[in-house]
Amino acid sequence: MRAYSPKQDVQKKSYYNDRFHVVPHLPRLNVEADEQFLSDIDVLKQKFTVLEAYIENGHLVVWIPAKENLKAVKFLKEKLAYDMMMELSAIDYIASKGGFDIFYEMLSLSKHKRIRVKCFIEEKEELFSVESVFKMANWSEREMYDMYGVKVKNHHNLKRILMPDDWYDHPLRKTYPLQGDETAAWYEVDKIFGKEARDTIGPEIRDGAAIDRYDTTRFARLGHEVPFGVDITDGKEPEHTPLAYQEEGGVGLFGVRIIKELDENKSVQLKKRR
Amino acid sequence: MQQVNRLKPFFENINFEREDNTMVVNFGPQHPSAHGQLRLILELQGEEIVKAVPTIGYLHRGMEKMGENMMYNEFLPTTDRMDYIASTSNNYGFALAVEQLLGIEAPRRAEVIRTMLLELNRIISHLFWLATHALDVGAMSIFLYAFREREFAMDLMEDYCGARLTHSAVRIGGVPLDLPQNWCEDLTKFIGILSEEIDKYEGLLTQNRIWRMRLENVGIITPEMAKSWGCSGVALRGSGFQWDLRKEMPYGIYGELDFDIPYSTSCDSYGRYKCYMQEMRESMKILKQLIPMYKGSEPQLMAHAPEYISAPKEDIMTQNYSLMQHFVLVTQGMRPPKGEVYVATESPKGELGYMIVSDGTPYAYKMKLRAPSFWHTGLLEDLLPGHQLADVVTIIGNLNIVFGEIDR
Repeated sequence: MRAYSPKQDVQKKSYYNDRFHVVPHLPRLNVEADEQFLSDIDVLKQKFTVLEAYIENGHLVVWIPAKENLKAVKFLKEKLAYDMMMELSAIDYIASKGGFDIFYEMLSLSKHKRIRVKCFIEEKEELFSVESVFKMANWSEREMYDMYGVKVKNHHNLKRILMPDDWYDHPLRKTYPLQGDETAAWYEVDKIFGKEARDTIGPEIRDGAAIDRYDTTRFARLGHEVPFGVDITDGKEPEHTPLAYQEEGGVGLFGVRIIKELDENKSVQLKKRR
Repeated sequence: MQQVNRLKPFFENINFEREDNTMVVNFGPQHPSAHGQLRLILELQGEEIVKAVPTIGYLHRGMEKMGENMMYNEFLPTTDRMDYIASTSNNYGFALAVEQLLGIEAPRRAEVIRTMLLELNRIISHLFWLATHALDVGAMSIFLYAFREREFAMDLMEDYCGARLTHSAVRIGGVPLDLPQNWCEDLTKFIGILSEEIDKYEGLLTQNRIWRMRLENVGIITPEMAKSWGCSGVALRGSGFQWDLRKEMPYGIYGELDFDIPYSTSCDSYGRYKCYMQEMRESMKILKQLIPMYKGSEPQLMAHAPEYISAPKEDIMTQNYSLMQHFVLVTQGMRPPKGEVYVATESPKGELGYMIVSDGTPYAYKMKLRAPSFWHTGLLEDLLPGHQLADVVTIIGNLNIVFGEIDR
């Protein structure tokens, strides 16, 4: 039986998977392995619901309910000296879990420790903004909204940051193809020339690796040079394809000679450089 | 409301006629001292800025998306294009993150070479910063001098890997090449030249009246602001925190090296300028220590982890199993363990973090690139109001933002 893969996930997948490959796991340690983390988690547990906590690659990972994110982050900052938030974003698990994992990567300058607060939200669920605690969340949450469409409550200016304001869909979702969707292909044409120009211009080619051998305006073929813009869609190359050097009469096609034809009898060799 | 599409001009300063006398000025996205594609919408009261709205996204290439659609080794050259002034630091940050995910370590010699490249790149980046920043502020000669020395450093880079800007000289698991002959001697010569030249730069700038007037008390980032905005690197150190990941949370061989972390409590642009200058000296100090470390190391360059990393070229050409392994790794890519890592390194701009979530397939499930300049740009929103229009150029230049990594 073929392995199940979510149909909505259009990201690149490996073309071959070994049936007997056992995926190893990055070791997760118990919180007891680190004294500092242990005492922190004890304090945190008294105030908040900690769903899960473990140490992964030296970071304490704490899972909390999404409703408590703002309070927990504030508590960590004020009471537990995790005074900087370095990064926050979402991870798209819509296909498998129906929502996003949100993570807050925090750093304590005094303890030299990093902690990652994680929570899960449903796809349409709203998240409290942590902008009031860390100003860096202003831009990070905008980016998260832009890239994943995670709605953030109480953010003073929740609008797109990297993509244009009128962009359709959120590019980092797994449902969004790498080359962009249909709307993306028409975005610039519509914006600059208007929808009525769609027929004359055609969609934007968003695949950087796309090659069209019949497009003589953008592609050249070595050994089969064809003048710019000549239609060769019938498969026949023009008879006058200039394969010869211009001394051999090869460039006659263009009408203009770059150098006049060389007559060896009339040529003079200079004794001295002029 | 104006129709803004179809290339019709859109006048933002329509506000100027409508309300009071604040004027809205569009700074960028094509402005030579915006250091890339930064668009600042500034609201001016006379020459004073009352509101600043930084707008980014003009160089967005979707690197995080690309990272999720490329095998780990394929993605490495793409990281060059983040902070293209110091591409080795991006390569290294990525390589280190993947190595920690795989649970492997680069051999000692590779780590020494990497650190050499990193510090050389830090010097290149800082020289570039100094050159462009001084040019923005009006000191043209510094631009020419700093670029001259940067050229020597880039020649060293070219001698090592053939590239000058986008090096990709670090691989996951080590480095591909050993140092060429006489490279260390050339490096020593370069350090000699640079240490003299830095004194000259400082002679031109540090007590220069115009330079001080333009930089002192301009762009004051208070410690609270720096922490709240997630500042890192010199922006954080300039605000009185002696925090450098190389020292505070060492990675690679930084733990064995002897160097200082310059910091400043003045919180202004001038303090940050002094940090940058001192950091170049510290980098030279590190480079000097690395030369004997290189000479005393074993010649192995790539980690031995047949599951993830191709065997050396010689083995591939002579041994069947190595060839098969190499073929699988190139065509299908390595399959790291399931898990997530966030690995932060100190790039010349600040804390460069790679968050990789792996689901055990050759493609990362999630790749988050934490580029320090992103928040240094966001900070402008708070930093600029109250300053004069001319200070905008100083502040942007001083924060050392690079749009390759802001927009990713």
